[in-house]
Amino acid sequence: MHEMGIANSVLEAVRTEMVLHPGTYPCKVGVRIGEMAAIDQDALRFCFEAIVHETDLESLELGIEFCPRRHRCQLCGREFIVRDYDSQCPQCGNMGTTCISGDEMELAYLEVEEHGSSTVGAKSSQ
Amino acid sequence: MDRVPLERKVLSENDRVAAELRARFQEHGVLCLNLISSPGSGKTSLLERTLESLPRHDRVAVLTGDIQTENDANRLKRFHFPVKQITTGGTCHLDARMIERHLADWRLEDLDLLLVENVGNLVCPSSYDLGEAAKIVVLSVTEGEDKPLKYPSIFFKSDLLVLSKIDLLPYVPFDIEAAVQNARKVHPGMEIVKVSCLNRDGLHEWMMWLAEKRRAHKPLVRQTAN
Repeated sequence: MHEMGIANSVLEAVRTEMVLHPGTYPCKVGVRIGEMAAIDQDALRFCFEAIVHETDLESLELGIEFCPRRHRCQLCGREFIVRDYDSQCPQCGNMGTTCISGDEMELAYLEVEEHGSSTVGAKSSQ
Repeated sequence: MDRVPLERKVLSENDRVAAELRARFQEHGVLCLNLISSPGSGKTSLLERTLESLPRHDRVAVLTGDIQTENDANRLKRFHFPVKQITTGGTCHLDARMIERHLADWRLEDLDLLLVENVGNLVCPSSYDLGEAAKIVVLSVTEGEDKPLKYPSIFFKSDLLVLSKIDLLPYVPFDIEAAVQNARKVHPGMEIVKVSCLNRDGLHEWMMWLAEKRRAHKPLVRQTAN
């Protein structure tokens, strides 16, 4: 259960980034979580909601993009999603394939809105 | 609404400290290994057998992590190498800052090998880079041969799988070949040694793996230093 630490790091990154965008407030922060990153998405959402609760960032939404494990064939170069740990190339049958993604734990984007725009003060997380 | 790209790791602060540690280890020729397993798989026993086989003058130190107690450090201090306990007080993994803090009063130039025993947990430690040269995952034969499939991250990220407690194989329904296959499904080409810390089977293979890692690390360090 280290999702609380991860959620805290996401929130710290948002606060650091917001210094660069005066006159705005953050609406949504996007993260990419790989299949092999050992992060439970529901736990991460739960922790994130718990730490923004009753703070100035209560309306901040967390967007999670799930990244499946992808391999590239060392022979034919085909890139494919690995399902059920079957890392054999679906094109040429070669067993020698290299993992190219799937262990992401990255901040992707931050959506900010100008203060004074119509949604200011909205507490909805829709 | 504006969308600002962030494009950095969530744990960039931990990764920054880990990168600094890795550079310091490299500079001083220290091989750092991060041992990870569930609680009770035999990390401390493996370290006991390791330390007792190394010559007294060997430049080896151990950091051992647990949520509470100094028990592991007390077990490992008997071998007269520098040992320090990291008690996390609740945190389920070690992070790079804890390593940095606990190394503060050791001189890295006096060390060749730093063994880090992580908190017993197959999940969370896999996310935290400690600046190690390699992760090692320990899986005991009482845990079930499908653990690599259930907890793929740590098997994927570790260089070596140590299958431990093999002396119990006659008494438990553990299919060791299936465990090996499952580990290599998750991590094709993964190196594997099978050991018993009780009757010492397989410890020679483990010590050979360790010696080879130490040997391979040295020229790399010299090249970088020049």
